[in-house]
Amino acid sequence: MSKIVKLKKGFDINLAGKPKQEFSDFATPRTFAIKPTDFIGFQRPKVLVNEGDTVKAGTPLLIDKSMSQVIYASPVSGEIVEIKRGDRRKLLEITILADKDIIFDISQKLNLESIDRDILIGKLAASGVWPNIIQRPFGIVANPANMPKAIFISGFDTHPLAPDYGFSLQGEEKYLQAGVDTLAKLTLGKVHLNLDGSKPVPAVFAEIKNVQVNQFSGPHPVGNVGVQIHHLDPINKGDIAWTVTPTGVVQIGKFVLDGVYDSSKVIAVTGSEITKPSYVRTYSGANVSTFIKGNLNSGHVRVISGNVLTGEKIHLEGFLGFYHNHITVIPEGDYYEFLGWAKPTTEKLSYHRALGLFSFLTPKKEFVLDSNGRGEERAFVQTGVFESVTPMDILPVYLLKAILADDYDEVEELGIYEIVEEDLALCEFVDVSKHPVQELVRRGIELIQYS
Amino acid sequence: MDKQRPLFEKGGKLESLYYAFEAGESFLFSPKHTTGIKGAQVKDAIDLKRMMITVVVALIPALIFGIYNTGHQHLLATGGTTGIWDHFGDKLTTGMVLVLPIILVAYAAGGMVEAIFAVIRKHPINEGFLVTGILIPLVVPATTPLWQVALATVFAVVIAKEVFGGTGMNILNVAMTARAFLYFAYPAQISGDQVWTYLGDKTAVDGYSGATALAVAYNAGVDGVPVTDALATHNSVMGADLFSFSNLFVGWIPGSIGETSTLMALVGALILIGTGVASWKIIVSGFAGAYIMGFIMNLLAVNEYMAMPPEYHWVLGGLAFGIVFMATDPVSSAQTETGKWIYGLLIGMLTVIIRVTNPAYPEGIMLAVLFMNVFAPLIDYYVVKANKTRRLQRATV
Repeated sequence: MSKIVKLKKGFDINLAGKPKQEFSDFATPRTFAIKPTDFIGFQRPKVLVNEGDTVKAGTPLLIDKSMSQVIYASPVSGEIVEIKRGDRRKLLEITILADKDIIFDISQKLNLESIDRDILIGKLAASGVWPNIIQRPFGIVANPANMPKAIFISGFDTHPLAPDYGFSLQGEEKYLQAGVDTLAKLTLGKVHLNLDGSKPVPAVFAEIKNVQVNQFSGPHPVGNVGVQIHHLDPINKGDIAWTVTPTGVVQIGKFVLDGVYDSSKVIAVTGSEITKPSYVRTYSGANVSTFIKGNLNSGHVRVISGNVLTGEKIHLEGFLGFYHNHITVIPEGDYYEFLGWAKPTTEKLSYHRALGLFSFLTPKKEFVLDSNGRGEERAFVQTGVFESVTPMDILPVYLLKAILADDYDEVEELGIYEIVEEDLALCEFVDVSKHPVQELVRRGIELIQYS
Repeated sequence: MDKQRPLFEKGGKLESLYYAFEAGESFLFSPKHTTGIKGAQVKDAIDLKRMMITVVVALIPALIFGIYNTGHQHLLATGGTTGIWDHFGDKLTTGMVLVLPIILVAYAAGGMVEAIFAVIRKHPINEGFLVTGILIPLVVPATTPLWQVALATVFAVVIAKEVFGGTGMNILNVAMTARAFLYFAYPAQISGDQVWTYLGDKTAVDGYSGATALAVAYNAGVDGVPVTDALATHNSVMGADLFSFSNLFVGWIPGSIGETSTLMALVGALILIGTGVASWKIIVSGFAGAYIMGFIMNLLAVNEYMAMPPEYHWVLGGLAFGIVFMATDPVSSAQTETGKWIYGLLIGMLTVIIRVTNPAYPEGIMLAVLFMNVFAPLIDYYVVKANKTRRLQRATV
């Protein structure tokens, strides 16, 4: 039984620099990296290689000693050039200098018809594709020992400037189907594929079988899998569900059909400061400099791995995050502005309509936003705004206040199991009092997770 | 800016005054902070300063009207005018001479307290005072002694706000607390028939009564005269229909500086609702509550005041001003969307109950707002509990 859900709450941040549906022939990045900090809940990293070792695509690079059956594999073949550590020897990055032609670590192809679930899970966990499977609650890498009540795939991304899977996954239909079939073996419940109900079904998903296809429409965050789960089969205390992105599904499909960990993916290079916003095919963890250098409109920019709401600031020479399909480049906002709080403006985007904020008059306009903090942190004052951008039966302000007070019971009762950072990212954007909402959400999750 | 900054930062000579510096700096220039490494990389153009200033702008129609009406009431009482628009300049200057000092004193006294607390408690100076500083003058009569304004402001800012931790943490509406303080500490200057109109060194016209429309309505109830008749004949020595419904609505009546005009409160409401700064739910349900309770009073009427047509409750006294600007204070009102309906409705109903049944307090809105401020967390508690219960029930199904 597929479901059709229409949501009204939310807000689309309409940014300049949308990617054109074409591939650019950027120079291939020479280095790739795996960053343990990308994997939330990663506790005790153990590095399995040394600087100077040569690896294949799929060779295990590190494990988390608290869940050692899951390996984190090299996205490309080449030589380990750096194992970078920060304060107190915290592992930050393992950098690989890539070969010209990628050599894959090839294992046996799997026959889904006959394979036992436990063996399948063991193979996936040892292949490098497993970290694509995320567990709800908490938004951490799934534990292979668990049985999820259902698996959810959001087939569209409504974040600002997000890539269009209908374009970026072209030609991967076979692997998508194999990935979905694999996931169906991992749960006793359903596999849900949620598509954008406001558009015709993209060709890549048109023929897909063995899943329940649901239609969601509305403004962002309708594409967030957490919001979709809330309306399909909400997560209660004690429940476990898994989520996978379509890119992850394709990687799983490739492992099953071809026996390789192929981390290649199509990413979008976007943002107002990019001269030629477009798509490019690369591997997980790519160094982004070749996509950006010579492709910039201005010098003083912020490079973001991911989107402007949930992404992470990286260097011009930084690496794409494991879960990111998307680079955004916006102007850096470190400037003073004379009476900036009072000036009437049509150039700055606002969800609000308070005095002098006229952006609501031009809903179709594409805005150029920079990284300025737009004011300072204050106590919660305005009410009702967070609720109006959160299309879930959740009271975000009460939840956040409970987190600030470390009130374990309240945090649990107010619905922490149903959200991860991205689900309240829009609250952080629209917040009048400029709270670090996503940081608080993670603090609340950890309060419950490690108690 | 960058040059002076080190002086105030840790280790600088004027370290203890950092937050005073910071307030000045961020008032003149939006800061150059950028967003963090993780989390939202771009932010909405709104900030608390802009939100607060929107409320101040929404108050300006009521303020300008209040200034002019202060002058108008003065000339009317002393026999200097009969029409509304004659002696325009005189009325405006008289009003300004009376009202502007009150505003200055309120801002100065409150601002000082804010600054002292910010420096001692090491928190940023809060923008909330931008609004409080103008709300307090609007809810007192133009004849209030300035020292009382200062004292009430200091009392309200300290007791109603700073002891709880500043803007965003307070339970009671700060401006209403200031008025309540004056009302109970210095009743002679904020109640009765003598304080609402400034006479100066002139004497009032023979037969003039300085009673507010609310007092006239109340006395009509005591005397057993239909309220509408009493209002129509009030001060008839000076002109017919001074308390006609349209005058009551527009606000050409004696009262606190900003509260007399229902029309200007509605203009403010339009600004607040249009900009989304105040909750339309509280405003609508507040007015609805007053009407419903007025109607119930009609049904139960045992005296003439109870039989007053319910729409008169909207235009008498400070009900409209209180609902639009006081009840909607997001910090002290109910914070859940369902809660806002209940909260507004009860404020409207309580105001009318206090007005009609309580002989001691002719104006009910002040106590109704303060009372509901105290109960708002309770309303929210049950709304939040319902949310939790929905989640729990889902789990067991």
